[in-house]
Amino acid sequence: MAQIATPATGAVKSRKALDRAVIRFAGDSGDGMQLTGEQFTTESAWAGNDLATLPNFPAEIRAPAGTLFGVSSFQLQFGSQRVYTPGDRLDCLVAMNPAALKVHLRDLKTGGLLIVNTQAFDKRNLDKAGYAANPLDDPTLAERYRLHKVDMTGLTLEAIKDLPLNTKEKDRTKNFFALGLVSWIYTRPLEPTLDWIQKRFAKNKDIAEANTRVLKAGHAYGETAEIFSEHYAIEAAEMAPGLYRAMTGNRALAWGLLAAAQRSKLPIVYGAYPITPASDILHELALHKRFRVRTIQAEDEIAAVTAAIGASFGGAIGVTASSGPGIALKGEGIGLAVTAELPLVVLNIQRAGPSTGMPTKTEQADLMQALYGRNSEAPVVVLAPATPGDCFYIAYEAVRLAAKYMLPVIVLSDGFLANGSEPWLIPDAMTLPPIEIQFRTEREGFFPYLRDPATLARPWVRPGTPGLEHRIGGIEKQDVTGNISYDPENHDHMVRMRAEKVRRVAQEIPPTSINGPATGDLLVVGWGGTYGAITAAVEQAQTAGKSVASIHLRHLNPLPPDLGHILREYRKVLVPEINSGQLVRVLRAEYLVDAVGFNRVRGLPLASDEIYEAINQLLGSKP
Amino acid sequence: MSPSEAKEAPKYTKKDFESDQDVRWCPGCGDYAILSAVQKTMPDLGIPKEDIVFISGIGCSSRFPYYMNTYGFHTIHGRAPAIATGLRVARPELKIFVVTGDGDGLSIGGNHMLHVLRRNVNLTILLFNNRIYGLTKGQYSPTSELGKVTKSTPVGSVDRPVNPLSFALGCGATFVARTVDRNIPHMDEMLKRAAAHKGTGFIEILQNCNVYNDLAWNVIYDRESKVQHELRLEHGKPLLFGPPDDRRALIMQGVTPKVVRAKDVPESALWVHDETNVNAAKLIADLFAPDFPIPVGVLAAVDAPVYEDLILQQEQKAISERGPGDIAKLLTSGDTWKIS
Repeated sequence: MAQIATPATGAVKSRKALDRAVIRFAGDSGDGMQLTGEQFTTESAWAGNDLATLPNFPAEIRAPAGTLFGVSSFQLQFGSQRVYTPGDRLDCLVAMNPAALKVHLRDLKTGGLLIVNTQAFDKRNLDKAGYAANPLDDPTLAERYRLHKVDMTGLTLEAIKDLPLNTKEKDRTKNFFALGLVSWIYTRPLEPTLDWIQKRFAKNKDIAEANTRVLKAGHAYGETAEIFSEHYAIEAAEMAPGLYRAMTGNRALAWGLLAAAQRSKLPIVYGAYPITPASDILHELALHKRFRVRTIQAEDEIAAVTAAIGASFGGAIGVTASSGPGIALKGEGIGLAVTAELPLVVLNIQRAGPSTGMPTKTEQADLMQALYGRNSEAPVVVLAPATPGDCFYIAYEAVRLAAKYMLPVIVLSDGFLANGSEPWLIPDAMTLPPIEIQFRTEREGFFPYLRDPATLARPWVRPGTPGLEHRIGGIEKQDVTGNISYDPENHDHMVRMRAEKVRRVAQEIPPTSINGPATGDLLVVGWGGTYGAITAAVEQAQTAGKSVASIHLRHLNPLPPDLGHILREYRKVLVPEINSGQLVRVLRAEYLVDAVGFNRVRGLPLASDEIYEAINQLLGSKP
Repeated sequence: MSPSEAKEAPKYTKKDFESDQDVRWCPGCGDYAILSAVQKTMPDLGIPKEDIVFISGIGCSSRFPYYMNTYGFHTIHGRAPAIATGLRVARPELKIFVVTGDGDGLSIGGNHMLHVLRRNVNLTILLFNNRIYGLTKGQYSPTSELGKVTKSTPVGSVDRPVNPLSFALGCGATFVARTVDRNIPHMDEMLKRAAAHKGTGFIEILQNCNVYNDLAWNVIYDRESKVQHELRLEHGKPLLFGPPDDRRALIMQGVTPKVVRAKDVPESALWVHDETNVNAAKLIADLFAPDFPIPVGVLAAVDAPVYEDLILQQEQKAISERGPGDIAKLLTSGDTWKIS
């Protein structure tokens, strides 16, 4: 810890350049860690860094204070290079109480920066966290880490002692002390947070003043206190020029739907039942009634999907969303949309299961459910976004395909994408492919199950169209006429027809983009929210001279037409997933390739270093 | 916004509403009479045929849309009210009928029935109550009487039945009526009343399943019994029933309905039916033979905000205040930064 003793005064401190850093704010659920993390994210975006975030919070709304399960955290990685993930091991951990230290210390790198709020380490909190003795008194802690014991609570209260607020209100601002301090350490601009405080507390000048003072106090503490020997600068990343905003996956899904509503000129009817982690999409859409998005908070998951189907029958875009347990309930409804051949978009924000599982934790284990989780053969199109910002394009594409092919499209997002954010290059909305809807109005030769030769879609007829009155339903029907039919050959034909319709969507899939050599020793195949971790690991392996490439599937049904060919260009295929081996099973079945899985199902994103290790293991080489 | 205001309907006949499909109910099924009554009533609604949609779930009654030459959607078990709600939110100008049964509407779809009624979505629900599962060949239903012997309850059912009228009123329904499949003129009248109601119009139709539960409603089919028990509800008229020479009156004793000889009570003590009094309707809904009369007619008809009207009002307000949504503007709103 020699470096701590350097400058005697707070005048000039050395500023060290870093190309990336991973930091985590951890504290009690009531400590405001999510807000602290979000503000730090905004500051880093202002600083021009690329970044990725990982909020992690308990399922309980107000978990008992000070307990291990009540710990809430927010992690982000920011850098001057491309940042693909929120990071694996921490460079800096801020622990606001003993429980946070206990839960998160194991993730801090040896020699990493550890900042703790000493006043929270009292007998009561130590007991709750299960510490027999105060860990801050253990000399090994300071030997392993660059430990900074800061009385954040005391310094906070001192900074605002003259303000007419009660102790509880004053105490609640201490997260901004931590934010100010860490902002100084990493040379973040305070302006965005100062602006935010002014807007957020416009109606309560005292609270605004308190937060402003505490933020600045934390910043000044870093500047003047003698314990911080250095701080860090992280240059702006080289990113594509343009206008950026921070984007979370759930908001991106909602905005993608809004874009689709505008471009298709149709209302969207969004049926949803509250469920973690999908509810934020409902909240977001409910704010945007001007786009003719009509939200129905349904009585249950089944009503949510069937209301959407009713809307599609009426010529609107029917959309529903949920997480795994709710998707299970929607299964029969999705089957109805399959056989009624109506557009339907189903968003599944996957979470750890089975059953209730771990609602706030991420997982990718609903792929088989999306592909096969309905009675009989009920094929649907399945798409998966790779990043939070990609959710915008995937939601839009889901609407476009559902309407063009008259079928359900399931979108597999997950808890990590839903709540994680990234700097997102704002697209020009007019460059999105058009969504051209043509309702049938022509009476001559009309039958409800006539087929478009290119897409095999049946005509979409709005009730209210004179002369085209017809009946559809869940009973098997004769192709073309749509009349009820129990004819064996017709049923066989319709089963194949519904499958072929889904297969035809393959003509919409662009050539697969390969990250790395077009042929080589190893191909890593991923889907969904593992994109960042896989890309980082593969680029690390490439830098180390390995013959490794990766592809990331956004279309899971149908699969890209060039996939079979690509898989055969590599000696080995590795499929990392947050499940016990689902895509890998599909690839083995479809293409007869000896793909192997890398599977961890912990409710957490995969770490790039463990994928890197798996790559080396499969290549039979040491990292 | 009624469709009839939007455009004028041609002069239809019953035949215009008959589809080209063969009707496949069992010979003698009460559904034939209901189908005929509905087809006969349609021209009187003055609504263009293309603006009418029949939505059903699963069960014998749910085959109904196939036989109507309108738009129709035969969906999945119990979900018709939810599908109809979505359709109505998307297309509030359509006239929607939901056709359901006692199993479809009150068992597997009971939750949706509750919520469509409390929301007061503007549609008409025809609940065919035959107190049995017919399509699955004869199991007891949620309206079957306690102790009902069926294939699934060989020594008698142990479930207490639900009363559809009480259920509907308990859910906050704004229009509740009962009619009988063997009384075509009354069915016509109830259908017209329900279809004209602004909000959810709920009609229970007592219907005969001659194969699995024949004459379950004989108490109101049998001529003699009908005379004794049928209580025709008419707004503003006293609750009187029974043969002309032995009229009975339903009166309130405290908060309890009671049957007395009509001639024994002064006119001022008679209970005058008031469709706008939902509390009174709740008392009437529970009455049944043999101790009480069987109420038939409109129990309640009240005004309440309509679900989809409120949704559209919010949408219109948002658009008129701030203009239609523009995704390009939304994408660049709030905190953004430029990288050059």
